[in-house]
Amino acid sequence: MRYAIFMSALGISAVLAACGAEPQEPQFGANPQLPKPSRGLLPTMNIPEPTGWDGQMPTVPDGFTISAIATDLKIPRQTLILPNGDILVAEGRGGNAPALKPKDVIAAYIKGKGTTNVESGNRITLLRDADGDGEYEFRSVFAEDLNAPYGLAFVNGRIYVANQDAVVWFDYEEGQTEAAAKPTQLTELPSEINHHWTKAMTASADGRHLYVGIGSNSNITERGWTAEADRAVVWEIDAESGARRTYATGLRNPTALTIQPGTGQLWAVVNERDEIGPDLVPDYLTSVKEGAFYGWPYAFWGPNPDERVRPQDPQKVAATIAPDYALGSHVAALGVAFSNEAMGESFAEGVFVGMHGSWNRSSPVGYKVVFVPFSDGVPAGEPVEFVAGFLESGNNKTRGRPVGVTVDPRGALIVADDLSNAVWRIVRADVAQNLDAAANESSGR
Amino acid sequence: MAVIVQYRYSEAIHPLHAVLLSGSFALYLGALLSDIAYAKTFHIQWSNFASWLIVGGLIFSSIALVFAIADLCRAHRRVSGVAAYVVLLVASWAVGLFNALMHARDAWAMMPGGLILSIAGTILIALATWLGFRTPHFVGSAQ
Repeated sequence: MRYAIFMSALGISAVLAACGAEPQEPQFGANPQLPKPSRGLLPTMNIPEPTGWDGQMPTVPDGFTISAIATDLKIPRQTLILPNGDILVAEGRGGNAPALKPKDVIAAYIKGKGTTNVESGNRITLLRDADGDGEYEFRSVFAEDLNAPYGLAFVNGRIYVANQDAVVWFDYEEGQTEAAAKPTQLTELPSEINHHWTKAMTASADGRHLYVGIGSNSNITERGWTAEADRAVVWEIDAESGARRTYATGLRNPTALTIQPGTGQLWAVVNERDEIGPDLVPDYLTSVKEGAFYGWPYAFWGPNPDERVRPQDPQKVAATIAPDYALGSHVAALGVAFSNEAMGESFAEGVFVGMHGSWNRSSPVGYKVVFVPFSDGVPAGEPVEFVAGFLESGNNKTRGRPVGVTVDPRGALIVADDLSNAVWRIVRADVAQNLDAAANESSGR
Repeated sequence: MAVIVQYRYSEAIHPLHAVLLSGSFALYLGALLSDIAYAKTFHIQWSNFASWLIVGGLIFSSIALVFAIADLCRAHRRVSGVAAYVVLLVASWAVGLFNALMHARDAWAMMPGGLILSIAGTILIALATWLGFRTPHFVGSAQ
């Protein structure tokens, strides 16, 4: 539903209606249309109301099937697939940003309407499909008492977890279902306020480094400059010593990181700024270039200055580089994963992107998983809808909200859904049948 | 010669009404000064102060407005000038509301509109306060 309650109570809903006309221009690719920044007296807010699945399922392309491999989780965000096929699920909710202005109190209430009211799990759950039939019949709590875990990586025989305030690691031996000991801290992460608390993480191909995304502490500096020290950056952390350096800057909220197979290049999805219009600023997918400045807060999508930032810095505006590929404004990309040939010919080369869905737009966008095709290692072409059916656009309700995506090397996409508190698995129908047959055969023997 | 003594005196506005009315002026003035400080320093905390001061002013002046409308409805307190007072108070309230929404914009997006509305709101509430206190409320017959 349209959250115009307090707005119409003030008798000025007409102001809001005036902002309702939004162009449906597709906004993706390397050169997205960037309209002029605009904002009504009230920010446009539309939070689709959460609703149950009631036997419905998300929709997937022909030739694929989808199933929920885990439900009743405690806010699943990101997943990791271990070498033996076990899936780790990071669960939790972070952030401790205080309300600074009257607006924060109202906005937090409205945005809260679109999220789960399940308590933060602060744990990692392990899912196992021992017989390979596609059903994850075994489930255990791998680790608990974590602090809003989000980013996960497995290298050097260790499971690294990016809590909202630190990177920690567990020793791991294949087949383990529970961590043997409390985690060891590798390094602290900036966590004051944590307006954007999700610490995305991935490991370099050689396992030497961890890359951690640290989101900004505000939409556009409205929590002050001091809060933005070491924010809106990607850190490169030595996986052994914990020593770190800043790898790239100006990335407002890098919510998921991944390494491109073959090239070893770091890629990210980044959520861009709000409240300057329904079609600004596009969230993006980009290769993260070492030392590059991506604009936040001074500029967006190349040297387009953001007038809301004072003091301005023309040099930083000029230094801003444009990211690789626009995913659309306000889609809230929170997951990214490179595909592989096991996903079938049409989805073999490219990335899957999980889109949590918009709030700052009268017609909701996102609320799905898309596939961005690549060619010669770079994005090429329009995004293809891969998992949808979360949003009931007719009555403005949503059944789920996708977050992290992971590609199982054996040919499945794993999608965490932090609204219906489920993990979805999408697999090619022919693969699923073969697996089923094989599993039946082995159990019959 | 018969002397007829007529009791005639002015009655001040209700003490609570008075406090809320003058308090609104102080709150709006505080918001204006905070806006000026933000504009001069770009220090965001000043704009946070302004946002809350405006909300305070809105709450105070809303209750003062209830008193003012009550005065307007009671014949013995309805004297010349009270209508103008109510109109100014309503105007300051409306400007304050728009100002509160303007101040809900992030960072410098509230400028210059927020500063202009703070100036307008402060002037209006100052005039309303002046009229509100100045307007005599006669009790008894004025003949």
